Amino acid sequence: MSLSTSFPRSRFRPDARTAAIIESIVIPLGALIASALIFSLFLLVLGKDPIRFFGLVWTGGIGSAFSFQNTLQRAAPLILTGLAFAVPARIGMTLLGAEGALVLGGFSSAVIAIPMVLGGWPVWIGLPVMALAAMAVGGAWVGIAGWLRHYRGVNETISSLLLTYIAVAIMNFLVEGVFRDPGSTNKASTMPLGADWRVGDIPGTSVHWGLAAGLVLAVLLWVLMERTTFGFAARIAGGNLRAAQAQGLPVGKLAVASCVIAGACAGLAGFFEVAAVHGQANASLAAKYGFTGILVAFLARQNPMAVVPVAILFGALAASGGLVQRRMDMPDATMLVLQGIIFVTLLVSETLYGRLPFLQATQSGDRT
Amino acid sequence: MTGNHKTPQAPSLETVHMSKSFGSLRALDDVSLRVASGSFHALLGENGAGKSTLVKCIMGFYQADAGQVLLDGCEALVHSPRDAHALGIGMVYQHFTLVPCLTAAENLVISRADAPMVIDWKKERQQLEAFMDAMPFRVRLDAQVSELSAGEKQKLEILKLLYLDQRFLILDEPTSVLTPAEADEVLGLLGDMAHRGEVTVLMISHKFREVKTFCDSFTVLRRGRFAGSGSAQAVSVSDLSQMMIGDAGLRPPATRTQAPPKGPALHLDKLSASDAEGRRVVSDVTLTVNAGEIVGIAGVSGNGQSALIELLSGQRKIDAGQITINGEDFQPTRRNFDRFKVFGLPEEPLRNAVVPRMTVAENIAFRSFDKPPAANRLGLLSPARIRQRGADLIARFNVHTSSPDAPIETLSGGNVQRAVLARELSGEVEVLIVANPCFGLDFASVSDIRRQIMEARNRGAAVLLVSEDLDEIFELADRIAVMSEGRITYLAPAAETDAIEVGKHVAGQHG
Repeated sequence: MSLSTSFPRSRFRPDARTAAIIESIVIPLGALIASALIFSLFLLVLGKDPIRFFGLVWTGGIGSAFSFQNTLQRAAPLILTGLAFAVPARIGMTLLGAEGALVLGGFSSAVIAIPMVLGGWPVWIGLPVMALAAMAVGGAWVGIAGWLRHYRGVNETISSLLLTYIAVAIMNFLVEGVFRDPGSTNKASTMPLGADWRVGDIPGTSVHWGLAAGLVLAVLLWVLMERTTFGFAARIAGGNLRAAQAQGLPVGKLAVASCVIAGACAGLAGFFEVAAVHGQANASLAAKYGFTGILVAFLARQNPMAVVPVAILFGALAASGGLVQRRMDMPDATMLVLQGIIFVTLLVSETLYGRLPFLQATQSGDRT
Repeated sequence: MTGNHKTPQAPSLETVHMSKSFGSLRALDDVSLRVASGSFHALLGENGAGKSTLVKCIMGFYQADAGQVLLDGCEALVHSPRDAHALGIGMVYQHFTLVPCLTAAENLVISRADAPMVIDWKKERQQLEAFMDAMPFRVRLDAQVSELSAGEKQKLEILKLLYLDQRFLILDEPTSVLTPAEADEVLGLLGDMAHRGEVTVLMISHKFREVKTFCDSFTVLRRGRFAGSGSAQAVSVSDLSQMMIGDAGLRPPATRTQAPPKGPALHLDKLSASDAEGRRVVSDVTLTVNAGEIVGIAGVSGNGQSALIELLSGQRKIDAGQITINGEDFQPTRRNFDRFKVFGLPEEPLRNAVVPRMTVAENIAFRSFDKPPAANRLGLLSPARIRQRGADLIARFNVHTSSPDAPIETLSGGNVQRAVLARELSGEVEVLIVANPCFGLDFASVSDIRRQIMEARNRGAAVLLVSEDLDEIFELADRIAVMSEGRITYLAPAAETDAIEVGKHVAGQHG
């Protein structure tokens, strides 16, 4: 309405920058709405009430302080794994290795804690050491995929996915073997960390510090990609490898560094899973946070800052899953169906960039 | 499908008061064009003059804001390229649209809108043979497209349109991929077909010689407007260029100043390199380029010139040999590019020099983003300074863009190349590596770009120029080398050789 009054008798014609920003908001938002509609059809076919469903998602995910804290708790690892996909995506790499880095990172932090706990180290040294170990192992693990891609020409998507399976297998092998705590009878786990060896909650909430770490990293990585020479060089290499080579940019190092950063983010998520949630490493670490992070990064258009609200949205979906299951008598997989629909709709919406009719003005006609 | 080829009807086509805007940019402004039935009509204009926009409106890729298309005097509603094909309007693009791994016959059959689920190849073959027999030129039906020469591919593209019964042919700079002999053959045959009333041809061209030799009539566009039309035979070349460029006129060609200042020399010492399959693409190339000198390397494409440029720009690994600048070893890294002031204008800038999705200002900053003032010592960037510097250079190098923030892919070819020039030639240049800098550009851009290269030489740069265009080599080079099968086979001062001599060496091992 205001547009038509402030631009009388002429169409709203944003400049190129504004148009790009509008596009990057309107299109993912439109895709979300479209997937909600498609999912509603799915519910109607099942004879369920879509309005009730989205109402429950609201109640279970955002509606109360309790449920919102539950949402944030689940969003924390998703922010980190979302960043783990978004950063290498800017350099043109599609990495599916976050799950593996999370699992191995979490496992490493649980293992490195054992001698420190037994040796009576102070916790304020122990926890940072655990976090650094998780980041180092996660970074190195995904760094392998970057190295293979650049120096051996191996497709990084496939290698990072396979590395994830290897990582989960290694963790299971060691948890059920040498690092198994004799006390863990039901589910093979590493030695449990005592209550004082845990990362606590952010004061005044029931959300652990992983959320704060995610927020800080999101800002830092946004600055890294948008406001530093490293990020600029990465964007050149991601946009046109040959041009980056012709500019003499160290494309190999950029690729490996991006992968290491990605792995470190995911590894840190693993650390918080161990030190804030489970208190030990076991098969529960492989909770698919790494894969949901891909979805988060896609919806965020690989923008590190946008990863945060999107991760919260997916956290809300996860947090309300139990409620939906109970109240509407629907299987656990319902939320996966919704996630799948969102993902497919998003991929389709990628084709709309530069084609929104009301933003056509941004297309320069200076072609021949 | 192939039944009616014996009695074809060449349609006439008109555009009436056609206008098309993209945002604030008026790409076409009230353009009327008339192509008579059975004529060979040339559409001329500089880059950005609106030629492509006009034919894209005719083809239905764009919807004109105002105006009509008349086909044989009746209004034709073209909402999509499919509509255009149904009306018998077909287009040959600058780049090939054939499937390289299929044969010519397969390409023709799959191009049909009504290709059947199960193809009766025996029957199709008979029909194709009959079709080919009715055509003035033919292509081997069994040949795989990837084996065909550029000329044969271009012929096949044209045959495809005729096979689909499209009788109004739009050709977008069809000869840019052809050798002069191939170009003459294809255009001559098309002209004959037009004069027999079998087709009507509208050809976008930059080359006056082709227009004067083969076309009947012409229309010139300038900055989106109609600038003139008439008989191609009657008009003079100077009148044509006047219409294309307008009153502003061409900047004079660069003058070569003698005794340029002394500077570092680029020396290649027995350079060798291989392609991915291990075949030698550059063999033992030894060459010196002195300060204040342009060494032009001529040759048919695919004889190692591109690979040589890639070696110098760090896009390909050096197997053996050494590059030195002023006696010091040169590895193509960013630090050395800066240290030795090495700059480059690679061929196909969209592929080798820019990131299409990044903005014009960002693309202009590729050389400077990691140094003050764009970045501070901590590596933090200043987007405002990048944008400001971009805007300054856009103005200084006369890059036509709607904004410094527009993605560079929205610019025309000449303006992309000007943006690259702005990036590479705005500072002090000691070594300049140039490859086919004017490929596919209109001649105002061409003279602009050649002048800038000459000026870099006059300021004392050592310039290595690879070009498939002998005219360009002779206009610019102080010494001329010929590259053939990865080797330098000829080297002579430009003053002591001529096009015939160089041409002999270029063709020598390819005859």
